[in-house]
Amino acid sequence: MKVLTANRLSDGEAVWFSPERTWIETLEGADVARDPAAEEALDRFGKESFARNEVVDVDLIDVEVTSAGIRPIRLRERIRAAGPTNRLDHGKQAELANP
Amino acid sequence: MYRYDEFDHSFVQARVAQFSDQVERRLAGEITEDQFRPLRLMNGVYLQLHAYMLRIAIPYGTLSPKQMRMLAHVARTYDKGYGHFTTRQNLQFNWPALSDIPAILADLASVEMHALQTSGNCIRNVTADHFAGAAADEVADPRPAAEILRQWSSVHPEFSYLPRKFKIAVTGAERDRAAIQTHDIGLHLKKNEQGELGFAVWVGGGQGRTPILAKKIRDFLPEQHLLSYVTAIVRVYNLHGRRDNKYKARIKILVHETGTEEFTRQVEAEWAALKDGELTLPESDIRAIEAYFAPPSLAARPEGDEAVKLARLDSRSFGEWLDQNVTTHKNPDYAAVTISLKGIGETPGDASADQMDAVADLAEQYSANEIRVSHEQNLILPHVARADLKAVYDTLVEIGLATANSNLITDIIACPGLDYCALANARSISVAQDISRRFGSLERQREIGELKLKISGCINACGHHHVGHIGILGVEKKGAELYQVTLGGSGDEHSSIGEIIGRGFGPDEIGGAIEKIVDTYLAHRADKSEKFLDAYRRLGPAPFKEALYAGEAKAA
Repeated sequence: MKVLTANRLSDGEAVWFSPERTWIETLEGADVARDPAAEEALDRFGKESFARNEVVDVDLIDVEVTSAGIRPIRLRERIRAAGPTNRLDHGKQAELANP
Repeated sequence: MYRYDEFDHSFVQARVAQFSDQVERRLAGEITEDQFRPLRLMNGVYLQLHAYMLRIAIPYGTLSPKQMRMLAHVARTYDKGYGHFTTRQNLQFNWPALSDIPAILADLASVEMHALQTSGNCIRNVTADHFAGAAADEVADPRPAAEILRQWSSVHPEFSYLPRKFKIAVTGAERDRAAIQTHDIGLHLKKNEQGELGFAVWVGGGQGRTPILAKKIRDFLPEQHLLSYVTAIVRVYNLHGRRDNKYKARIKILVHETGTEEFTRQVEAEWAALKDGELTLPESDIRAIEAYFAPPSLAARPEGDEAVKLARLDSRSFGEWLDQNVTTHKNPDYAAVTISLKGIGETPGDASADQMDAVADLAEQYSANEIRVSHEQNLILPHVARADLKAVYDTLVEIGLATANSNLITDIIACPGLDYCALANARSISVAQDISRRFGSLERQREIGELKLKISGCINACGHHHVGHIGILGVEKKGAELYQVTLGGSGDEHSSIGEIIGRGFGPDEIGGAIEKIVDTYLAHRADKSEKFLDAYRRLGPAPFKEALYAGEAKAA
């Protein structure tokens, strides 16, 4: 399973692609591609958005879906989705703790 | 310290205007990422995991209070209230928006700062001994040479697209605190028998995936030939350095593959054509740059010894801080103070905006308006009267920067690692925090003595693990972090590359492994005066391997 992720051009914020065809600031709520056709569609949306200069560093990443939600396979992507582990007051984790 | 002249001001301001326009066009979609990326890198703007990162140059690690306050202002206004001091004496902000970077650069330019050449395949920020101009063992201040190199290398048309990045370090003392043997060019400023200044020239050192120590290709280069000789070296590199393979593109590989003797011959041949030409530094120019770095006029403060003696009797923690973090100054009434950015369990090299402001105040009041950044990710107040040490210490306690651990095991160098860096394979900071907490007791640290522990989160080795007495390299194996340990590295005048001790350790094992290594040292050292590195050099890896892996061999 994969989700589409990128960094927003204007401020570098890590973002994920939602089923509503918008970039959202949390991994939770991202559109999960469960088959090659869905992956291809996400890949296409990513390339188009990059070409429109909305985002940079576009990537399809591997995830699993657990009872707790979407979980990236690689630690790198888990840290992107949460924030730096040395500063729990920064990144998405801080915003989730203090909405 | 150096002050911009009209040329410098207009040059930096022109670059701010140019880059602001480029950012504007990028945000408007008029230029593509492929077009923009090299432009942003030339201005110190990277893209990392969570955000952009802006790397600001701090030439030879020297800062004025005004500049430090501006860094605090940028941290507060545009970032998350802190900055990260790096192993190249620079400062990184981890969270700036691209759209804010033109304003940040304009603010920085107002205090003679910029982010030029902090990225890209050019000559990077020139680094120097952080005790320059203060150290008692110094022959001459290395910063005038570093400043001359900075001016010469800034947007140098011939050397803006080298095969790979290029780093120069300068020391002015026999004791090398600038790690010159791990740089592309290392310069050791010294005097010959006639008392004239010149440089021992080292070339081809570097860390990364292929750590190699520099070779000395000239024992004494008279100072007026600095630029012609460095030009000859970089020209040979620019011509013959490998552009076909990024991993073999540094000058260390060229020197290694060409052979030191042949490489030196090529440099000397190139130099023969350049020598005594327009790159020869006029005596008046050298002295003019030197004047910017004239020692501050320090008032006689003979009451210092008595004041320190009394304060030491009064406060044990002050005494411990004196022992660890205060270095002998060339003026006996003064001292150089290391402000540790390695609080127990904290992120190495991070300072909050409030701390930056407080350090700026201290420098203004007590250190002749000077601050230094060390490549070990600490700050230095280079000129503090011994009589004022207690007052400085008390303020540092108030702002949480009085950790008395300089050169001890918790004075850890760590790269940002996987918590921030897009290149990293494993976290560094979390390992540093774990080790720092394990060895947090100052009594235990002092019992262990001098021990330089350095951590990198990938093979690029920004955390200098190859030259750590204990080095830790984070890699990714089967999707998990794994930490390799090297022992016996050193980045001083007796440099050595650490040796891999054996199989790596998981994130939950690495702290325990370091404890075993330290316990083995304590059990085997000849006596308390034998430092970890000396003991390792005498003992070799065997007892450490035994301690780490013996159980496994038996089980197998």
